[in-house]
Amino acid sequence: MKRRLAALLICAFVPVARAETVEIRIDNFTFSPAEVHVAPGTTVVWVNADDIPHAVAATDKSFRSKVLDTEERYSRTVAGPGTIEYFCSLHPHMTGRVIVDGGGGQAAGR
Amino acid sequence: MPKQTSEIDHGRRRALKCMAWAGTGLAWTMAGGVPFTTGLVGGAQAAPVPVPVPATGLTFAQISDSHVGFDKPANPDALATLREAVAGIRGLPNQPAFVIHTGDISHLSRDEQFDAADQALKELGLPIFFVPGEHDVLDDGMGAAYLARYGKGPNGKALGAGWYSFDHGGVHFIALVNVLNLKAGGLGNLGEDQLAWLADDLRAVADSAPVVVFAHIPLWTVYPDWGWGTDDGARALGLLKRFGSVTVLNGHIHQILQKVEGNVAFHTARSTAFPQPAPGSAPSPGPMKLPADKLRGALGVTTVSYRPKSGPLAVVDATLA
Repeated sequence: MKRRLAALLICAFVPVARAETVEIRIDNFTFSPAEVHVAPGTTVVWVNADDIPHAVAATDKSFRSKVLDTEERYSRTVAGPGTIEYFCSLHPHMTGRVIVDGGGGQAAGR
Repeated sequence: MPKQTSEIDHGRRRALKCMAWAGTGLAWTMAGGVPFTTGLVGGAQAAPVPVPVPATGLTFAQISDSHVGFDKPANPDALATLREAVAGIRGLPNQPAFVIHTGDISHLSRDEQFDAADQALKELGLPIFFVPGEHDVLDDGMGAAYLARYGKGPNGKALGAGWYSFDHGGVHFIALVNVLNLKAGGLGNLGEDQLAWLADDLRAVADSAPVVVFAHIPLWTVYPDWGWGTDDGARALGLLKRFGSVTVLNGHIHQILQKVEGNVAFHTARSTAFPQPAPGSAPSPGPMKLPADKLRGALGVTTVSYRPKSGPLAVVDATLA
């Protein structure tokens, strides 16, 4: 599963996934990809690849991860459809977006 | 009295020009309401530049960003370098009356990290006044652990998320909290309650009283792309406009930056744990990884240059030597 996901993410230049799991890496104080389209029921996994802790918090306060130290991860299954805006509660200039729409759309992430 | 003012300016300029310190803490002296640095801390790397300290002056030290618990390559032992900063302050010829810690005491708000930091800081044998950094409010209670430990403030007066004020040696000190209720896409945040309290607190303070404000995240906008600033910091500074001497001491950015704007002098302190890059000089503000033999040099040696008080709005970058 993981291999399939990795292959999918590597091969696809747009972070579009029909897989059941999508990984968002936190690297250099950036969510990457910053915007991702996923199908309802997808598990989104944030992995902190920085030497500094981060945390994932929904802008509407509907969820908030514990602090993630280096290589720690937080996962959340998204129901959707809809858009989940989130940010790092330690470094709020870090923002990201998960769009739950069937996963077929073009991502505009950085 | 113009003569007095001129003497103060001269003293300030001279102090700032001469200022050089090695070590991981700063010591501040108040003379005529204008703070300047005095001596140096942990001075193994460079010769001290003596600055005369008036017998009547008030000296206090600032420690910031000790990040106890941090063990990444940039500094595998942040507790050890905090201890070195403490030892350096203890070795100052002019002992400070107290110490302020401008936040990020711990790295992950864990009890054992706060415990270790407290043990190290206790060696100072001095009163310590804290404000939290964003790393100190990561517990499930979003700051409850910090408040339980440090929330009393002087005389049991800390309010809200831990803000307070006190007077010492004719100086009015204000401790602000700008690391809570941060908003997506935003910077540091003081909030309405704290700003209302600040306005009220200042009402009884005379215009002529020197004011020192300290908080973790810079109250001025240093570099918003990296979150280095406080969204409503300008409102706090607006309340301080009528005072003749205001000094704003911050941490968070792990390097010395300084600017003087009108009667307000802004300073950010070094970390005792690891350096961070100058604004915009790296892909991110993450810890700067240096060879082990360079770490203490990067933490400890800085030159601060002076810009005249009447000069244009300016941020003075200090190089990371």
